[in-house]
Amino acid sequence: MQDSKEMREVYCESLVQMAATDPRIVVVEADLMNCIKTGPFKKAYPDRFFDVGVAEANMVGISAGLATCGKIPFCSSFGTFATRRCYDQIFISVAYSKQNVKIVGTDPGIAAEINGGTHMPFEDMGIMRGIPGMVCVEPTDSAMLRSLMPQIVDFNGPVYIRLFRKKTEKIFEDGASFDLFKAFTLRKGADVTIIASGIMVSRALDAAEQLKERGISAEVVNVYTWKPIDDETIAKSMRKTGAVVVAENHNVFNGLTSAVAEVAAKLCPVPIESVAVKDQFGEVGKMPYLSDRYGLNVSNIVDAAIKATKRKI
Amino acid sequence: MDKQKVKFLNDKADDIRKLIIEMIGRLGVGHVGGSLSIVELLTVLYYDKAKVDPARPDDPDRDRIVLSKGHAGPALYSVLADKGYFPLDKIRTLNQPGTDLPSHCDMNKTVGVDMTAGSLGQGLSCAVGMALAGKIDKKDYRVYAIIGDGESQEGQIWEAMMYAGNMGLDNLTIFLDDNKMQIDDYTANINSVEPFDKKCEAFNLRSERVNGHDVKAIAEAIDRAHAAKGKCTCIVLDTVKGHGVPFAVSKGVGSHSFSISEAEWREFCGKEAD
Repeated sequence: MQDSKEMREVYCESLVQMAATDPRIVVVEADLMNCIKTGPFKKAYPDRFFDVGVAEANMVGISAGLATCGKIPFCSSFGTFATRRCYDQIFISVAYSKQNVKIVGTDPGIAAEINGGTHMPFEDMGIMRGIPGMVCVEPTDSAMLRSLMPQIVDFNGPVYIRLFRKKTEKIFEDGASFDLFKAFTLRKGADVTIIASGIMVSRALDAAEQLKERGISAEVVNVYTWKPIDDETIAKSMRKTGAVVVAENHNVFNGLTSAVAEVAAKLCPVPIESVAVKDQFGEVGKMPYLSDRYGLNVSNIVDAAIKATKRKI
Repeated sequence: MDKQKVKFLNDKADDIRKLIIEMIGRLGVGHVGGSLSIVELLTVLYYDKAKVDPARPDDPDRDRIVLSKGHAGPALYSVLADKGYFPLDKIRTLNQPGTDLPSHCDMNKTVGVDMTAGSLGQGLSCAVGMALAGKIDKKDYRVYAIIGDGESQEGQIWEAMMYAGNMGLDNLTIFLDDNKMQIDDYTANINSVEPFDKKCEAFNLRSERVNGHDVKAIAEAIDRAHAAKGKCTCIVLDTVKGHGVPFAVSKGVGSHSFSISEAEWREFCGKEAD
């Protein structure tokens, strides 16, 4: 079922709502206000809204400067430009300087659709994960986003938010609450654990249904915060099922597969299969085409789960 | 500015120069040239113009000084030590393991440093953010940003300049340490940033060029910047890399970073033994 609200709508609503009582919250854009739809924030708090134009490095640097004066800046761009384009500024002016800046990268992976390869971030979480202290989170749907936003404000440090901009599949009930630093087990199972994030969560749930028909009991864990990763929940599930499939709308390198493999290596070595982009660039297309192109479909998760169970030691 | 003040600032600049040479000399190597070229500017800021108090380094109402050319850390550390932000002895720890005084300025390590810098081009954007925060909060603190001429080959400098100019940030004053050299050669031989003042004006800032080793000229230029309502000012400081230290100036382009012998620094500082 499609979500009732666009993610960006909830993002801005949350900011406007929190900013009413928290004067620290400011918004810095780089000419994509009309894409992420933070116009209502600008309207409500014109003196706390800045659009620096097409200059992502400056957006991040200005945000860092605002943060040194006690502000909590939220800055955003498409995921490619919010990360790659200004990586050193995020690394030095924000993270190394310990500044409380929240960076939003929209249109994750194949969600970039017809903006194509130049705009299709398959590496954003990977490179952000490599920055010491950076929290990396991909909210699953609008209910989760609404729950996480106050926690993101309360967390005193840099956060990268990988944000699907439009209506995504609705997974959670409105009003549900989540812990920014915990994974959420959506479905209990015994034979294989499917660890999924973002648009892959609904596909993982569909795959679990299909696997059930084949006599395989799949547990589905939504790991929305990739760093710091909830290794406790993941390891517990790994110990129970003994096999894992990671489903991510991201490059297999440096992404959720890598993060989960790190947990497995440390706490519970089990076979891991991955449904992810296999070291490829993006290209233009709608999501169904791109899902086929990069092998991100429900069927790919089902196949991977069967393979993982066969690899059990 | 009266003669007594000029003398005080010039004497102070001499003290700071000696501290820089002692600090780098004790270590043996460091960014000498670009530290020495901003001595008079830092002296005017910290001992005359800037509203700063070593007893309250985190005062939210203090003026901010962003050394975007972060490799000139030893110059800033010398001033901070002399002002009493930390004990003078600390200058002996420059770049020692676990030090609070790293080559490049770090706001989380050194008391009194307002922004981390070192990856060139970034500090000016941060200074713009500080100035915007001052506007939001209707505070009257000022922000001073110090950039290098070589550093101004970074595109981010011009992103920040354009925004500061267009926003009319009159609480931000930018200083270009125009010492005309960078690591590889004279800036003019690599990729000239001139005419810098004209570029600033084209970016909707006001700009003027003064002798960067004349404390009175610097102070008066700052006064004019403060008086220019609704305009961000960039003061281009004509400077000499290594200024005031003959064995540094004589190295020319090589003065950026070089080794100093114990005999050299002790002679310059007039310190025969510890």
